[in-house]
Amino acid sequence: MSYVRDVGALARKDLLLELRARDTLPAMLLFVAAVFVVFHFALPGTPSRLETTGLLWVAILFTALLGLGRAFVPEREQRTLDGLVLAPCDRSAIWLAKSLATLAFLAAAEVVALPLYALFFHSVAGATVLAVVLADLGICGVGTFLGAMAVATRARDLLLPLLFLPLAVPIVVGAVGASVVASPGRYLGFLGLYDLLFAVVCWASFEYVVAE
Amino acid sequence: MTTSEKYVTAAYCVVFAIVLVYVLIMALKLQRLEREVDEIAGRVPDEDAEEAPRETAQVG
Amino acid sequence: MGRTSRIPLPLLAAISLVLVTTALAFVFFVAPDDANQGFSQRIFYFHVSIAITAYACFAGGAWNALLHLWKRDPNADLRSYVCVHQGLIFGTLVLLTGSIWAKISWGHWWLWSEDQLVLFLVLYLFYCAYFMLRFSVDPGPQRANLSAVYALFGVVLIPVSFAAIRLAKNLIHPVVFTLHGPNFGGWILVTYCIAQTALLALAYTLYRLELGGKRLDVRLRRLREVLA
Repeated sequence: MSYVRDVGALARKDLLLELRARDTLPAMLLFVAAVFVVFHFALPGTPSRLETTGLLWVAILFTALLGLGRAFVPEREQRTLDGLVLAPCDRSAIWLAKSLATLAFLAAAEVVALPLYALFFHSVAGATVLAVVLADLGICGVGTFLGAMAVATRARDLLLPLLFLPLAVPIVVGAVGASVVASPGRYLGFLGLYDLLFAVVCWASFEYVVAE
Repeated sequence: MTTSEKYVTAAYCVVFAIVLVYVLIMALKLQRLEREVDEIAGRVPDEDAEEAPRETAQVG
Repeated sequence: MGRTSRIPLPLLAAISLVLVTTALAFVFFVAPDDANQGFSQRIFYFHVSIAITAYACFAGGAWNALLHLWKRDPNADLRSYVCVHQGLIFGTLVLLTGSIWAKISWGHWWLWSEDQLVLFLVLYLFYCAYFMLRFSVDPGPQRANLSAVYALFGVVLIPVSFAAIRLAKNLIHPVVFTLHGPNFGGWILVTYCIAQTALLALAYTLYRLELGGKRLDVRLRRLREVLA
């Protein structure tokens, strides 16, 4: 129970910080809208549903990367990470809370992005929304973990996309598959499996990332 | 030689060449290590100077 | 250190040289032409063996990473790194030989429908990122921990990506290639086994060589710090 309370407190801290400073979410919203506009000009004429679905997922992935890159930077800059590590709570709670906070930002960005996509390109199917939800879990879980790794290096946020994109290939496969085929069950199941598998790995190994 | 024979030979040559390049890089690295060992050995001349005559005496 | 119980490096190098030569002789002079693909099928012996060797290297890297995190084995970090390094070299060879094979068989240098090749590209990018990660952290316990955790992610990624690539292929064309079906026996099998053993021996020799060099490097650096 105290674990849940710790996670809640840590996540609330991040959300509160964002509400006060407002630097991540507006950037993500603006970015995703700009990406759609760029895509429209990158694909002249009327692109098919298959093409724009791919673009939607590229946009979601890069928007998520934008948010993930910021997740641990303030902690490093203000040296709060040391305090968090020393706090009497399980270290994996830091990862879980950070993932939840990033998930909230990404979900908020998508609440705007999906209608915008429907307005600009094609309508969004129910399976796509489900795929977005499942993919978000994986993106935020793995991405937050790698964000914590990247911020410990000299290269900082430069490294995050490099570490993250190879691991995101299965997410893209599952998500695009679920968005374009008639019976998306297999792809959604695959996404769920990915989320579960990597959540366990991240949860178990996070303490080594922040140790010393 | 047919085209497929050429390609197969090329593939095996590529494998060979890359392994060769790798071994070459390793050799260069070992050379550098040797140089560094010499450099460090040069920094401790006292023990060398003491031991050198004794060794020659033993051999001779 | 248990170094005495191991095979000495020169002997190991000699063994792998003999094995690789034998394998090459078998590939070119003993193995029969394949019924479907003819002469070009001979790439298969090294291509597949190299791929399996690369997987073995990545698995070794992950195993040593686990030993580092779990048992706190002080040498495991370096071993894990050298394993991944070997895996990346063999991965390069897989991509190159696979690309040549695709060119002979299907007329294109790159085919997205070839599972092995695409999987290796993803893994290649992943392990290149491993190197980037390792080189942008100062040597010390943190570098060892981060590298180990990332190497462990690799072994989870391999089966997941493989499943993903299979799934993605069904998306466009639901055809599955069955390259080496029934006629996988006799001399073909013997040649393949020799090639596989030869490449594993070669990889192990190179691994030992690289590890020896790296250890020497570390000891030298320490010596220098003591002297400075």
